[in-house]
Amino acid sequence: MFKKLSKEDVHSRSNVKSSVQRAMKSKLVSQYPKLEEVIDELIPKKCLFELIKCEDKIQLYRVNGEILFFQKFDELIPSLRLVHKFPEAFPTVQVDRGAIKFVLSGANIMCPGLTSAGGKLPEKKDDELDKDTTVIINAENKENALAIGKLLMSTEDIKSINKGHGVEMIHHLGDCLWNLSID
Amino acid sequence: MPLKTVVYCDICTFPPEYCEFSGKIKRCKVWLQENHPDLYTKLYGEEGSAGTSTATTENKLEKSLRKLEIKQENRDQRELAKKMGSKVVIKRLERTKRKCVVAISGLEVFEIDMKKLSKTFASKFATGCSVSKSAVTGDEIIVQGDVADEAEQYIKTLLSEKGLTSIKVERVDDKMKKKVKT
Ligand SMILES: [Zn+2]
Repeated sequence: MFKKLSKEDVHSRSNVKSSVQRAMKSKLVSQYPKLEEVIDELIPKKCLFELIKCEDKIQLYRVNGEILFFQKFDELIPSLRLVHKFPEAFPTVQVDRGAIKFVLSGANIMCPGLTSAGGKLPEKKDDELDKDTTVIINAENKENALAIGKLLMSTEDIKSINKGHGVEMIHHLGDCLWNLSID
Repeated sequence: MPLKTVVYCDICTFPPEYCEFSGKIKRCKVWLQENHPDLYTKLYGEEGSAGTSTATTENKLEKSLRKLEIKQENRDQRELAKKMGSKVVIKRLERTKRKCVVAISGLEVFEIDMKKLSKTFASKFATGCSVSKSAVTGDEIIVQGDVADEAEQYIKTLLSEKGLTSIKVERVDDKMKKKVKT
């Protein structure tokens, strides 16, 4: 999603009204309920909350100078900066060490990278994730997430089919969103 | 405070555990050791040897990482060489007998933000300043008024802040039709 994005692709910047801020905060919490306990710390009552509209209808939300989440359609997607602050709020999968460099080059994630010994998918039946779930991607022996993606098949299918693309890349360390500087 | 603060590498911007994939690991390691010695020890051990796994897949990975590193280093070197071989041209153009403009070109190689610089100049010299697209010389900054000396000074400081001290800044005076090297 952020293969190409630079200052030139920014159309407008505006401050977000506090009533809209409150709505965004509750939308975030409704999507990721665990964020509730930290939402006021992430987005304090008094903060510089900006909406940055970009090419391709991508909207970035920046809080005190840091892009915390973005949206293209209705869904709000966290940025890696936000994920790193509070990873437990988001559904997570893990790739093996061999897959890291492909992920960092922006490739979609292949199923075997998730099902091998170094990978990790939800184990319990109740924790299985549906197709189209936005997930954060961790890596073998690493503490922090390196990417955010969308499941192209359910985690059950990833395990049983174990072929082809399992996760569509949205945002990764080193992509244009990660490196974006606007000021 | 349940919010985590993650350290980001000043060199490659990744969390340090991912520095090995950035292709800049040598410089990353130096930075980490200087700025976060505890993290350095945690990641690279006392001697600075990352991972002692001898499995063949791991070896393969290490090899491809090293390749990436070399590639990145070569790229950095090429870029530096390109910068060292480039120059900034400050041209003074006479409009009328009393009025002139200053055109500055050759800045993009040095990763200087021309839009920002033109804003700075506009307020610094209290004058009009714009970025004009030119296919021949590349993008130029056009400053209204005879401020070539001041602009040159400012650009030189900008360059030295980037660690580029021996870059040529060439002065051209359009009326004289003579190059003045500085
Ligand atoms: Zn680094």
